[in-house]
Amino acid sequence: MKLQKATRYGLYAVLELAANPDEQLSATDIAAAYGISGNHLAKVLRDLGRAGLVDSARGAGGGYRFSGNARRVTLLDVISLFEDISSDTGSGDGADTEIGRALDLVLGEIDDIARATFGSITIETLLKTMHWRQEREARAAAPDLASPG
Amino acid sequence: MTDDTTLLANDNATRHAGGDGEADVLVRRATADDLPLVIELDGDNTGLHKPDYWGETFHEIERHPGQHFLIAESASSDHEFLGFIVGEVRAWEFGSRPCGWILTIGVVHERRVAGVGSALFDAICERFAADGVKTVRTMLARHDQLNMSFFRSQGMMAGSFIELEKPID
Repeated sequence: MKLQKATRYGLYAVLELAANPDEQLSATDIAAAYGISGNHLAKVLRDLGRAGLVDSARGAGGGYRFSGNARRVTLLDVISLFEDISSDTGSGDGADTEIGRALDLVLGEIDDIARATFGSITIETLLKTMHWRQEREARAAAPDLASPG
Repeated sequence: MTDDTTLLANDNATRHAGGDGEADVLVRRATADDLPLVIELDGDNTGLHKPDYWGETFHEIERHPGQHFLIAESASSDHEFLGFIVGEVRAWEFGSRPCGWILTIGVVHERRVAGVGSALFDAICERFAADGVKTVRTMLARHDQLNMSFFRSQGMMAGSFIELEKPID
């Protein structure tokens, strides 16, 4: 699945800020961490601010902070601010043919699974999953590190 | 009511210390005395009152190793009923290696988001691990966001099997 650039930037920003709740990060800091456009990210952060997901503080030491509830806000909540991932079935050339309708059933199934997946993963869960994966990888790597050869 | 020490010694019970805002939870094997509360909670959660099903489930699990029916209760002296979880080890359906299946979980509504579900999940995973399996699975309705979010929060992700169905006319 391919998300639009603004959506991906929005997810980066929310997750980065939620992962560092005690820090205020500027758009430049986040953009540098992900190698993305600072100007584009600044617009995305304004959208996130309007949605109540980030707070900004001006001046020296200012920056953005995650202001949502990480246990409640889902990936779908963030994605929906930037794009509509609901099924676009039943429209377009050929959609009202038997084959068009059969194809739309399959595409609708895929979209439905994608929405259910994004809607069930909170910001906290994604960050926890990341930490678990890191720990698992570290454990898997440990025997090699301990090995004399 | 049995004290914690006896429970821990006699019933393979496990105590889960709660973190911030979480309850201290004792997880132990279900007894027949727990069934009325399980039936009531399951009825509240599903809208279906199933005493016969729960009676049969309990007696089946009593007879078979690798099947687990666990109860969470408050670790304080009142031993308040907090929830339950049911699971079993299954093997070899469509080539699946033996794995632990969580069949259902229920937490008393007023005690949710307090670590009870996590304590039950951890406890049944410990028992599955003791049974020798390395994977835990469950199956949920796609739009059951409450349970889907819960199991995701425990680290579960889509696995390599997919549920398929069709109406039988």
